[in-house]
Amino acid sequence: MNATQASAPLGGSAPNAAGSVGVAYLLHLADNAVVLGQRNAEWCGHGPILEEDIALANVSLDHIGQARLLYQLAAARMGGGASEDSLAYFRDETAFRNYTLLELPHHGPLVGYAASDRDYAVTIVRNFFYGALMVLVWDALTRSADTDLAAIAAKSLKEARYHLHHAADWVVRLGDGTDESHARAQAAVDHLFRYTEEFWLPSPAETEAVASGIGVEVASLRAAWDALVDETLAEATLSRPAVRGYVPEGKLGRHSEHLGYLLGEMQGLARAHPGATW
Amino acid sequence: MNTPALKEWPLWEVFVRSKQGLEHKHCGSLHAADAAQALHMARDVYTRRQEGVSIWVVPSAAITASNPDDKGELFDPAADKIYRHPTFYAIPDEVGHM
Repeated sequence: MNATQASAPLGGSAPNAAGSVGVAYLLHLADNAVVLGQRNAEWCGHGPILEEDIALANVSLDHIGQARLLYQLAAARMGGGASEDSLAYFRDETAFRNYTLLELPHHGPLVGYAASDRDYAVTIVRNFFYGALMVLVWDALTRSADTDLAAIAAKSLKEARYHLHHAADWVVRLGDGTDESHARAQAAVDHLFRYTEEFWLPSPAETEAVASGIGVEVASLRAAWDALVDETLAEATLSRPAVRGYVPEGKLGRHSEHLGYLLGEMQGLARAHPGATW
Repeated sequence: MNTPALKEWPLWEVFVRSKQGLEHKHCGSLHAADAAQALHMARDVYTRRQEGVSIWVVPSAAITASNPDDKGELFDPAADKIYRHPTFYAIPDEVGHM
C-alpha cells in the first residue's frame, strides 16, 4: 500500500495557501467525498447482510466526515457567509466537481432504477477503484503546502486505507467466488473501468493547486494506482478491460444524468427548510 | 471456484480488549465466511464507538460450553464455601489496595 515516493514536500512555489487559492481544489475533494458518501448511504438498512450493512454505513460516514472538514475549510477561505451547509446543500449539480464515477447508481449500465436492482458488485468495485486512488492522493496531500489540508489528509488516509482494504477484500471474494459472483464482478469492472479515465485528466483546479504546492498531480499516481488495481484484479481472477473513447468530465462540472437525482434527495430537506436544525 | 458456496456463513464469537482493559472480553457474535472477514466485520460492528484496541474472533463451534442442566452439580456446591473468599484475613497496610 506504500506506493509513494520520497517524503519531500509537494512541488510549487507559493507556500502560503491561505486566501481563495485552492478553494476549487478543496471543493473537488469535498464533492467526491460527499457524493460517494451519499450514494453508498443508500445501502443503509438494505445491505446484503447485517455486518456488511454496518460496514458500508461506516465507510459512508467516513466520507461525509471528510467532506465536512473540506467544506468547512473551503467556506472559511471563501468568506461571504459560505458554510459547509451552503456548499453541500445550496449548490446545483453543474457546480459540483466530483468524478462522474462516484455519482453512478449501484447497478450496471442497462438496468432499471428499482432499488432492488442495486448490485453490490458495482458498489464494491467503485469503492475499490476510488479507494485505491484516494490512498495515494491522501498520502501525497499529507505533504501539501496547505497545512490545514495536510492535516485533513493525514486523518483521511487512515480511513481510505481501511476503505481500500474492505473493498479489495470483497473484490477478491466476489471475483474468485462462485460463477455468478465472478460474472457480476467482471461486469461491474467492465462497466466502471472506463470512468476511471477521468482520474488522470487534469482539471484547471488541479493544475492551479499543483502549481501552488497545495495539490497532487494525479497523473503522477497512475502507475501506483495501476499496480494496486492490477494486483487485486489478478488475485480476484478478474480481467481489466481495454478502455478508449469518451472520458467523463464530472470534475469539470459536466455530469451524468444521475447526479441531479442524487442531489435532489440529499438537498431536498435543507432547501425546503433552510436553516433548520434537528 | 471449486469449493461450493456456503449457504450460511459460520458464526464467530467476538472478544474485544478496551484501551484500559487487561483482557479481551466477550462482546457478541457475528456471521462471516472466514476468520479474516470475521475480524473485519468485528471491527465494523463492535468497535465503532472506540470500544477497543484489539480484537479476537473464535469460531463459535470451537467453544465447548457447560450444559445448563448440570448447573446444580457444577455450581451449587460452592455456595456454602464462603471461606474460599479471602475475606477472613487482615490485610497488612503495606499491601495497599487489592
